[in-house]
Amino acid sequence: MNLETFIEFFSLQNPNVRYVVLGSILLSISSAIVGCFTFLKKKALLGDVVSHAVLPGICISFMVSGTKDPFILIIGAFLSGWLSIIVLDYIVANSKIKEDTATGLSLSVFFGIGILLLTVIQHSGNAAQTGLDSFLFGKAAALVGKDLLAFSIIATVILIVVFFFYKEFKLVCFDQEYAKSIGLPVKKIELLLTSITVLAVVTGIQAVGVVLMAAMLITPAAAGKFWTNRLSIMLLLASVFGAFSGIAGAYISYAAPSMPTGPWIVMILSFIAILSFFFAPEKGILIKLFKQRKIRNQLLEENLLKSFYKIGEMNEDFTASRSNEELIEIRRFSSAQFKAGLSRLSSQGFIKKENSTWSLTQEGLQKGMRVVKLHRLWELYLTKYLRIAPDHVHEDADTIEHVITPEIEERLEKLLEYPEADPHSSNIPYQ
Amino acid sequence: MIQQVENPVLEVHDLTVSYDKKPVLWGIDLSVPKGAIAGIVGPNGAGKSTLIKSIMGLTALSSGYVKIFDQELNEVRQRVSYVPQRESVDWDFPASVYDVVLMGRYSKIGLFKRPRKADTEAALFALKQVGMDKFKDRQISQLSGGQQQRVFLARALTQQADIYFMDEPFAGVDAATEKAIIQILKKLSEDGKTVIVVHHDLQSVSTYFDWVIMLNLRLVASGPTDQVFTSELLEETYGGKLTLLSEVGELMKKGQYPSRDKQ
Repeated sequence: MNLETFIEFFSLQNPNVRYVVLGSILLSISSAIVGCFTFLKKKALLGDVVSHAVLPGICISFMVSGTKDPFILIIGAFLSGWLSIIVLDYIVANSKIKEDTATGLSLSVFFGIGILLLTVIQHSGNAAQTGLDSFLFGKAAALVGKDLLAFSIIATVILIVVFFFYKEFKLVCFDQEYAKSIGLPVKKIELLLTSITVLAVVTGIQAVGVVLMAAMLITPAAAGKFWTNRLSIMLLLASVFGAFSGIAGAYISYAAPSMPTGPWIVMILSFIAILSFFFAPEKGILIKLFKQRKIRNQLLEENLLKSFYKIGEMNEDFTASRSNEELIEIRRFSSAQFKAGLSRLSSQGFIKKENSTWSLTQEGLQKGMRVVKLHRLWELYLTKYLRIAPDHVHEDADTIEHVITPEIEERLEKLLEYPEADPHSSNIPYQ
Repeated sequence: MIQQVENPVLEVHDLTVSYDKKPVLWGIDLSVPKGAIAGIVGPNGAGKSTLIKSIMGLTALSSGYVKIFDQELNEVRQRVSYVPQRESVDWDFPASVYDVVLMGRYSKIGLFKRPRKADTEAALFALKQVGMDKFKDRQISQLSGGQQQRVFLARALTQQADIYFMDEPFAGVDAATEKAIIQILKKLSEDGKTVIVVHHDLQSVSTYFDWVIMLNLRLVASGPTDQVFTSELLEETYGGKLTLLSEVGELMKKGQYPSRDKQ
């Protein structure tokens, strides 16, 4: 990274840089916020339909007006994007066609017409048409003052609408029938939500193009959802992710002029989403793996202590030293696990090492005894209350013994009235 | 046996509901007295939920009308509360227990406005009523089935309505929740409110409800539990499927006939 370019860029002295940065931030934030609602409404593909369906509107606006004035093009884009949603909803409501098919239909028919019109325009010899195809792939790096003005107005409109209708949008996304039952004008609220979605798409598409637009809507929402269970924070996070990607994308294409802005915004958004997927607390993959590992360790340790206890039971001496061979004879452990488990148990103070043998400490004995007790209580419970044959209960109890909490343990003891022996007449030990 | 009452709080008149032209409820005529705890029973696919939804205006009627407190639903919406089926929403939605319960106040708060103190207190009070005040800040994705149902009930309670429609509030809940819910329903009835519940478990019908509506595409019975909940009427509700009725319904769907001939 070149420090000089960095300073040049972030001082925002160059008006072109200013336009691009502000434009990218505005459109990223507005699509991120709107995207959260479509995401939660399980209409993630809506953005894809709209972004493809704006093309005929743009072409018709151009054919009628003959200019590339952003405001005129936006009006055309808005109308045809909006129409595509109306068509989609109409098909679903009035035919047997399911939503996924209707989505595909609406998207491809509108886009097809758009491409057709675009080809006609390109072959018309009209010199003003050059650059119209940038709607297909975006032109974030070439934003000008007038584009920025249009973006700002639209972004402000979107933010104001979300601010005022926050609780209505929330309820309609969560529970539409209930919203109707309390008398909310659900149809109108949905129409409003659709309209701001179309607006967000119409702005976003000028920066990232038709194909990547869906990512601008959905990716920040999906990433935000990993980190929180509150809608307000999810909206905030999605906006921050969007804004950050907007700035970063603009910077990358500034520092390396051959790099396109729009695709880089989407790349960075995707990267944030992947990071969230792995590292988010509670819902991330890593924390899940970590928890699984913890459970595996618990199982191993408790099984080892159980083996110590069983050997002790056979020899009527619980605290004598045991060799590795003796332990493995009771239950088969893989050798790597076996060593790791024993060394953890000894560092936790449940067993002691003497030369190459191991013996239970008082605490280890207590813990091992409890696991054996739970195993045998559960076996008894299964035979007595689930009428499972005594020779079928061992495997089940081998798992459940690690799951039972002290509260359930107490209830189990009371329910079975502190029994002395399990279904195989083994003694149930109490402390 | 269909018993009509004087001054009903709910009157359903000649109600027919169709999906794709196929009638799923045929000419339902019933009335429910004030303060009743009424159970709607019938086999799967009998149209129990459909009846409630059409009363709540969530499903279009092919014919007939519904009157609540002798008025159109829209006139009295503030006095009517609805508890949808628990499975009808995605519980992975980013919201807390308190957020969901507060939704019951949204129509009272009004568009554009933020919740007032009265609304937050109503939500907290409702949470206490269903015994979920300790779980106020819990994420709804972490709730058990019974807790989810309590949250839905609390949301309805915040509406301070005079009549409650509940779609299977006892489905998939633990015994403690079932007991808590029925106590709340009894309390509502003592206070002169009316409760109408879609119910599945026939065993508890006579202890829970003082009014029973038996449904199987058509209304089989509607009346006080001790008069209506008889083995004979149960047999008629659950045993005899009117095959003729279903076949005519299929024909209507096939030919896309209108359910009422409008000339």
